[in-house]
Amino acid sequence: MDRDRRALRRVAAAAVPVAFLAVFFAWPLAAILERSLVVDGAVDLPLDVLRAGTTREIAWFTLWQASLSTVLTLAAGLPLAWALARFRFRGRSLVEALVLVPFVLPTLVVATAFIALLPGGLERSLWAILLAHVFFNVAVVVRVVGAFWAGLDARLLDVAATLGASPRERLRYVTLPLLAPALASAASIVFLFCFTSFGVIVVLGGIRYATLETEIYNQAARLFDLRTAAALALVQLAAVALTVIVAGRLERRLGARLQRGRPPARPTGRERALVRIVATVSLAFLALPPGALVLRSLRVGDGYGLDHFRALAEETPALLVAPWQAIANSLVFAAGATAVALAIGVPAAVAVARGRGGLDALLMLPLGASAAMLGFGFLLAFDAPPLELRSSAILVPIAQALVAIPFVVRALAPALRAADPRLREAAAMLGAAPRQVHRLVDLPLLARPLAVATGLAFAVALGEFGATVFVSRADRPTVPVAIFRFLGRPGAENVGTAAALCVVLAALVAAVALLSERAVVGRSAR
Amino acid sequence: MRLELESVGVRLEGRAIVTDVSFSLADGERLALLGPSGSGKTTVLRAIAGLVRPTEGRVVLGGRDVSRTPPHRRGIGLVFQDAALFPHRDVAGNVGFGLQVAGVSGSERLARVREALALVGLADAERRDTTTLSGGEAQRVALARALATRPEVLLLDEPLGALDGPLRLRLQTDLRQLFERLSLTAVHVTHDVGEAFALGDRVAIMREGRLAQIAPPDELWRRPADDWVARFLGMRNIVVDGERATVTRPEAVRVGPGDDAVVVSAERDGAVRRLVVRCGDGNELESVSIGVDAPRVGDRVAVEVDPAGVAEVPVWGEHVSD
Repeated sequence: MDRDRRALRRVAAAAVPVAFLAVFFAWPLAAILERSLVVDGAVDLPLDVLRAGTTREIAWFTLWQASLSTVLTLAAGLPLAWALARFRFRGRSLVEALVLVPFVLPTLVVATAFIALLPGGLERSLWAILLAHVFFNVAVVVRVVGAFWAGLDARLLDVAATLGASPRERLRYVTLPLLAPALASAASIVFLFCFTSFGVIVVLGGIRYATLETEIYNQAARLFDLRTAAALALVQLAAVALTVIVAGRLERRLGARLQRGRPPARPTGRERALVRIVATVSLAFLALPPGALVLRSLRVGDGYGLDHFRALAEETPALLVAPWQAIANSLVFAAGATAVALAIGVPAAVAVARGRGGLDALLMLPLGASAAMLGFGFLLAFDAPPLELRSSAILVPIAQALVAIPFVVRALAPALRAADPRLREAAAMLGAAPRQVHRLVDLPLLARPLAVATGLAFAVALGEFGATVFVSRADRPTVPVAIFRFLGRPGAENVGTAAALCVVLAALVAAVALLSERAVVGRSAR
Repeated sequence: MRLELESVGVRLEGRAIVTDVSFSLADGERLALLGPSGSGKTTVLRAIAGLVRPTEGRVVLGGRDVSRTPPHRRGIGLVFQDAALFPHRDVAGNVGFGLQVAGVSGSERLARVREALALVGLADAERRDTTTLSGGEAQRVALARALATRPEVLLLDEPLGALDGPLRLRLQTDLRQLFERLSLTAVHVTHDVGEAFALGDRVAIMREGRLAQIAPPDELWRRPADDWVARFLGMRNIVVDGERATVTRPEAVRVGPGDDAVVVSAERDGAVRRLVVRCGDGNELESVSIGVDAPRVGDRVAVEVDPAGVAEVPVWGEHVSD
């Protein structure tokens, strides 16, 4: 009886997220499939689209820009991962903090920062795209590989040295083979991000460079060729699914390793110079784009001033509303998206923590399925009865929530899994009823990861662009959409306003991140 | 090969870890470095290996100063506690690592890998994955890996520390026989007195980064340098009087029929029996003897002390060590 009830509760906990994903994720995907494969009630493969030269060109560019971006990101990230994993040096904590900044910055902010940084002519080029991708993803390499590197059994290197291996041979025969799974995992994550990169390419690629992701948007939202867009989405989906499977395999291999690192030490001899160079170059690379962005937002003509920020309150031909209205929209949508993401993500995390492998994979899908595809799916699925939602604003927070849910689950599930069941048993033995155990043990333990998940969801929703640009209505733009509109118009004035909006957006994201950290620290300090 | 340490000191980030350590090992001699954790014994080992650079003094190998030679050019083998095998290589890949980086060709390498594995009693284990090895087997592979390059000196850092009971004793015996066969110069770090006595021709006792005493096991047992060393070796009959202490070895305390003391504890420790008796003056003495007719707790006995088993030693304290 009791067991039945528990089983029922478990099913119910999993049912809510599953139902939500069925309506707002599976259905839009099905709509894309239907649009690409079915014509007048009969199956008709979109071979004409798949065979077209432009499709092949776009797919090829998508592939090689993602590959090149991945290689460059590894090249930029590995020296920094090495320095942070092995050494203590002045400015270490600054580098550690700065390297995470790009990862939480919205894509449109990063793209705008590179427009502000790069000289005219280079600002919308292949180089701009590659640099922005490296800037964005260097944190992935540093975090994934760096953590692994710091945990490598240092005695293995000592043994190799006494067996006659020179420093270079130790790197080649011991360190690199041992790092291989972490390298592969980081590379596949970066590749996935670059393959599905939308905001960076749409802004920095101009009209010359298109990837599958941006071409879906171009076909659907600009040329209204829904069938071509759907066919491209099909290709994209297959490529992404393949990468996700490979990445999953690699990640599973990662878990098994015994780790036994040595705490970072002061570098000596030749290493000291190397560490200093790596730290300085990395610092410059990480600090320059945001610095240029802030300067650009303040530059007015030949001098500096707050004009661009003042312009945020004024009506402009670029938008149907004053820019400040976009800020208000963003905050409202992000709040709604956070509520939805938590309502779905918390029970989902509980189910995942209890070992539903399949659910875990299902929930991670939106992360891989790319934002533009999600937006496009919404466009197709909710345009007609039974769910005619296009004209309501509700699609924006739901789309943003879908993008945020994987982050919520990722933030919560490990904490749920790590909770020591003996703590609950101890509380029960001390006389706490199940409800009290919940209130006095579970919740306090989860306060920190919950706050982090909330902050993360809010930040992701604030910066979300790929899905939002499909479903947001012209009279209710979000900040990223507004930035996109300003950048799409000629003139230094518009770039300045976009830069000012970027600064506001980045400040909002930073404030959210800080608040979610503080909320918990303040409470536990008592 | 001859190994000499001349006033070696190691400072790490301003802290003296090892101070003024000197000793000289003849070719084929084996030294056990014994001490409590944090006494600096592992750091001495790392200084010999070249994994840490001495801030003072010299490490001399076969008459050549190697203090500034990087570890991969010293020709010294090292075996760690719990093996530290390369997880990405199988047994042969581990044992052959040193030969591979030395550029030894495939067929010769295989022959020498087999030879090294046979030496440690693991012939036919070449193709095994390291995760399938038991603790003792893993330690043998680590030993074979260190021996395969035919090092001049072998260093062992608590090589039996992760093993338990009978396995530990067996590997200890095997190690002893192997060292004698290869007549290798070896330095062996341990915190276990029994292991140090079993494997070292001489035992160096370390305390707070310095050498407290270095001597053959019997000499250590006969004349510990001070009361601290005596206690560390496990002796309990120590009477401190000002700056001198009287140390009585337990086997010099003989118990027979009589009436001048009372047994307060009696236990069997393997082949010997261990008694604690309280004498008429209130002092307690530990006695170790062979035999199976132990008196019981509460029995009255006579106690006789063999004067040859009594040593007068200084008391260790800050004023002595400086």
